[in-house]
Amino acid sequence: MTDTNDTRSHMPLGLAQRGYTGVIQHLSARDAGSALSEIELESRLIELGFVEGARVEVLHEGIVGRDPIAVRVDNITIAVRRREAMAIIVA
Amino acid sequence: MELPLLHLALVGTPNSGKTSLFNALTGSRQKVANYPGVTVERKEGFFVTPLGRQVSVVDLPGTYSLRGRSPDEEITRDFVLGKASGETVPDLVLCVADSTNLRLTIRLLLELKRTGRPMVLVLNMFDIATRRGINVDVERLAKELGVPVVTSIAVRKGGTADLLTLTDEISARLAAEPAENKWRALSVSELRATQREADRIIADCVSLPSRPDTWTARIDRVVLHPVGGLIVLALILFVMFQAVFAWAQPLMELLNSGFDALGEFVHATLPAGLLQSFLQNGVISGVGSVIVFLPQIIIIFLFILLLEDFGYMARAAFLMDRIMGGAGLHGRAFIPLLSSFACAIPGIMATRVIDDKRDRLTTILIAPLMTCSARIPVYTLIISAFIPAKDVWGFINLQGLVMFGLYAAGIISALLVSFVIKFFMLRDYAPAPFMLELPDYKMPRPKSIVIGIYTRAKMFLYRAGTTIFSMMVLIWFLASFPQPPAGSTEPAIDFSLAAMIGKALEPLLAPVGFNWQIAVALIPGMAAREVAVAALGTVYAIEGGKEAAEQIGQVLATKWSLATALSMLAWYIFAPQCASTLAVIRRETGSWGWMAATFTYMLVLAYAASLVTYNVAVALGAG
Repeated sequence: MTDTNDTRSHMPLGLAQRGYTGVIQHLSARDAGSALSEIELESRLIELGFVEGARVEVLHEGIVGRDPIAVRVDNITIAVRRREAMAIIVA
Repeated sequence: MELPLLHLALVGTPNSGKTSLFNALTGSRQKVANYPGVTVERKEGFFVTPLGRQVSVVDLPGTYSLRGRSPDEEITRDFVLGKASGETVPDLVLCVADSTNLRLTIRLLLELKRTGRPMVLVLNMFDIATRRGINVDVERLAKELGVPVVTSIAVRKGGTADLLTLTDEISARLAAEPAENKWRALSVSELRATQREADRIIADCVSLPSRPDTWTARIDRVVLHPVGGLIVLALILFVMFQAVFAWAQPLMELLNSGFDALGEFVHATLPAGLLQSFLQNGVISGVGSVIVFLPQIIIIFLFILLLEDFGYMARAAFLMDRIMGGAGLHGRAFIPLLSSFACAIPGIMATRVIDDKRDRLTTILIAPLMTCSARIPVYTLIISAFIPAKDVWGFINLQGLVMFGLYAAGIISALLVSFVIKFFMLRDYAPAPFMLELPDYKMPRPKSIVIGIYTRAKMFLYRAGTTIFSMMVLIWFLASFPQPPAGSTEPAIDFSLAAMIGKALEPLLAPVGFNWQIAVALIPGMAAREVAVAALGTVYAIEGGKEAAEQIGQVLATKWSLATALSMLAWYIFAPQCASTLAVIRRETGSWGWMAATFTYMLVLAYAASLVTYNVAVALGAG
């Protein structure tokens, strides 16, 4: 599969700084360290619009540990903790 | 021939404007109850179509899918599938979408279609979408989805006309036997495939905004700023509590003098005796002293509903998530806890949005520590009797400041209790996730706010008319019988049952500075906190005659020391004095044990807080 973002390195959204913009490459719930099971976390992320190809932008960060983050996913805004955002691989 | 009632169900994601559509369709013809066996609020309303068909519509809890991860979402799923016990299968499902944000709803609709129920997609808030330059090819969308699509503007008069017409058309040709249900829980790959399909349909039928909502972005830059956002939140809460105290005052005085006049009228009309005493001291001054707090309850709900409608509540949860996380609470607990400021019962019921069991339990246990509106009568009474109404630093009302302090004490102790629970009981578990949509800001809709306040005010008055009324009758009875022997010089109440009970309890409560009159008032206060005010009124009114009933506060100021008053305030921050809250805790946790635990820990805290407050105050010379 050719990917226009091949030149950028893949990283979890959970590590992104405020102002970061990118495109979701895939979901990888296994290593996120969330309290949810892999299937549950992935289902919930998809239900909130975190699917491959969606454009994301980190809009805001919380005050404690820059957590949680408010992420623009295409044209809606979702608040999510960095721990769960680790499951979203972006580039 | 009269056609049978047509059953509609509203389904949609949270923030889709489902409830404002429900309000637009049904107006005030609504019935709020619970689904059998669970404490999920069931909202049903009624309306008549242009062709005269009687329609019942149920507003189902918002959900992103039919997986049913919480009791609310299970209700939505079972209702649509016709599996909810005692419910009629809906003839027609209205899937409500926020037109500015179709992705998640279209996916939900594709999932809903598998249930085989007749369905309509309602593109709500269509005016906002148009204004933002979102162009929806409605005909094509209907063809792609295979369901009728109709636009609506729930907040505008006549904005649901198309939907009403369509309902008539569809109801005329509803098949007797609907298609079979092919729904089953989606796997992750099916979920992904449906979202892809939804995105494809949207790409084909919707031209996305050239102008995104700049207002939301601008407001969020301030409101979600790590520091600025918290300042804004603190300001909002502060204004809210000042308003509850200051704005409500004139209305409350008006109500108060109304009830006084009514009491006077009864006093003047009826011959002196038991009936006169019952009506004036038992009924009018008792129920009246509770109804007087209606303005404050309306104001607190006004704030909560406005903030919710505006879209601020989700932001507050975002801001508070990690801060509350430090005390072992989930960000989502913020909304239930904020609702608990109005009443712990809806607050505890609102904890159902927290999926994690342990997070939810912690929130339920501390929700009663939030200063509910039933405490306001007691606080107001004592504050206005003992705290001078002067300004400090030129602009802050001292009484308002004390009120704010009482609220703060409730919040801080709730956080401490939560921290203790987390530390000792639920030590080793990974924190549950926090995932929440932050909806675009919307102007609150006056009609929705009015209906929301109306239903809550009605509930409060209903309670005043039933529970509180019967408690007042009981108190009046206890305070009036047995009658004093002829020729006795002491006040009549000294001979009553109430005095006997109060005096029996007095030794227990003496260390915290409570006299037997307070002990009497605390007993019916178990049924509902605010009853204590009325009970004090009754106890002192009967003791002191007509003059006392007019100003309970003035009487208290002469009968109580400042230390007793402060001790009473401290008691009320913690005391588990609400039978309905305890009943809801039992129901929501499914355990008598947790209910008993809540009761015990609150009672211990109340006694300890009063003991410390009283003794410190006495030591400082306020005894």
